[in-house]
Amino acid sequence: MHLCGVFRIPLLLACVLTLAAGAGCNRKTGLTSGPFPASNEVSGWAKTGETRTFDAANLWRYIDGDAEKYLKAGVESVSTADYKYQNKVEAVVDIYTMTSGDGAGKIFDSEPARNAKAVSLGDSARLYGQSLIFHQARYLVRIVAYEGSPEVQQGILELGHGLAERLKK
Amino acid sequence: MDEHKAGTSRRDFLRKCVAGAVALSAAGELKLLPAQVAAVQSRVVVARDAKLRAAGSKVDSGRVFGLLDRGMQAFYGVDNPLQAWRKLARPGERVGLKVNTIAGRGLSTNVQLVDAICERLQQAGIPARDILVWDRESRELERAGFRLSSDANRARCLGTDSFGYEEQPQSFGTVQSKLSKILTRNCDVLINVPVLKDHSDSGITAALKNMYGVIDNPYSLHAGGCNPGIADLNMLPAIRTKMRLTICDATTASFDGGPSFEPESTWQHNGIILARDPVALDFIAWRIIEHKRAEQGLKTLPASGRAPRFIALAADARHQLGTNDPKRISLVEV
Repeated sequence: MHLCGVFRIPLLLACVLTLAAGAGCNRKTGLTSGPFPASNEVSGWAKTGETRTFDAANLWRYIDGDAEKYLKAGVESVSTADYKYQNKVEAVVDIYTMTSGDGAGKIFDSEPARNAKAVSLGDSARLYGQSLIFHQARYLVRIVAYEGSPEVQQGILELGHGLAERLKK
Repeated sequence: MDEHKAGTSRRDFLRKCVAGAVALSAAGELKLLPAQVAAVQSRVVVARDAKLRAAGSKVDSGRVFGLLDRGMQAFYGVDNPLQAWRKLARPGERVGLKVNTIAGRGLSTNVQLVDAICERLQQAGIPARDILVWDRESRELERAGFRLSSDANRARCLGTDSFGYEEQPQSFGTVQSKLSKILTRNCDVLINVPVLKDHSDSGITAALKNMYGVIDNPYSLHAGGCNPGIADLNMLPAIRTKMRLTICDATTASFDGGPSFEPESTWQHNGIILARDPVALDFIAWRIIEHKRAEQGLKTLPASGRAPRFIALAADARHQLGTNDPKRISLVEV
């Protein structure tokens, strides 16, 4: 059966777009995809970039050098997105999906705890001057801001709570 | 020449060199005696500026020029920074600046430092079209704050993803890698501009490890604390013959938790480290990181199971990429 010309072009276009979307790392173009809060879903925070996801085999493209310890702990993928706080402080959010909660806890426990305070979030969490790390079930979440202040620190904690709520869904 | 005039009086320059040497001797941190310094072969210059940041955390671009000039003059032993740059590259040569941007904006090669290098190169007679700032991916460059450019009227700034890798892999020892076409086809001179960082596998990363960013398969070279991957990789002819100088960015450095950016494990060292010998540079870089770790009450890297063994390996009889013998390192602080 021959497709008529009217349908052939859109079909071809759809195929090309599908292939293009699958090339390289998986870039989710929607700013509300997955567990990442959309802009202003958490007060003061705007999502400023697309979500990028790297599977275990391509983790080195994102964290070459650090990839080994995540691979040993059973990482499945990492998703990352850029944010901005109150339209001035840039930050990046990384969500590592591990094969088990043990893997997430193992990475969490391996990281330095000095100058950090434990906060109530997920299974366990540490808040630093301008970053936050927590694990919840099989997820390990890290938020890093590029400037620090008590206000930013509080903002990071609020964003962390927003992420934790979304990860429960 | 614009507002960043290249020039420091000889008297000022010598005074600072002497002050640096005295400070170094007083600190005793690197355990180099004057007699040893006189007999050494590899010069490593550490230039620092306590006032590099006028306010806040951003470096003052004007002071970056001063820092770079002092470092280059000390390294080449000349009165004027342009004389130094002319010793590094000649008009007609294409110069590539291999930066390090994988950790994002917080811990990547400083953009103002790279801008200063590009400007001095042009003042020394290298046309903008012959300067290329590069790393693995254009996206990483952008995230680190670099402005991508393929405009021939200004220094270009692009990732290997815009050029591709060679079809045929190069081999030495455990390494079998395809090199970036930027290195093989677009650079006659390589200026290595890494960042001083702690590294979870290799202990530290500075000059030698930055070459992981010029190949297609760095993931295959991390086993065993990156041994012998780092040493073997730096033996590839295109790397060994083209790398003429390393200017290691130590304006912001990390003493733990690297190579990713963890703000709580970084400090503002406000300096640069220059050397032609990448092994000697990495040896000094290691000592700087250990000094900071000690200040922070952390275990040494060997005690943490992360001794940067690649440094000794790169200096061994098989590789001979440089020296890790303190007696053969001439350290100058300015």
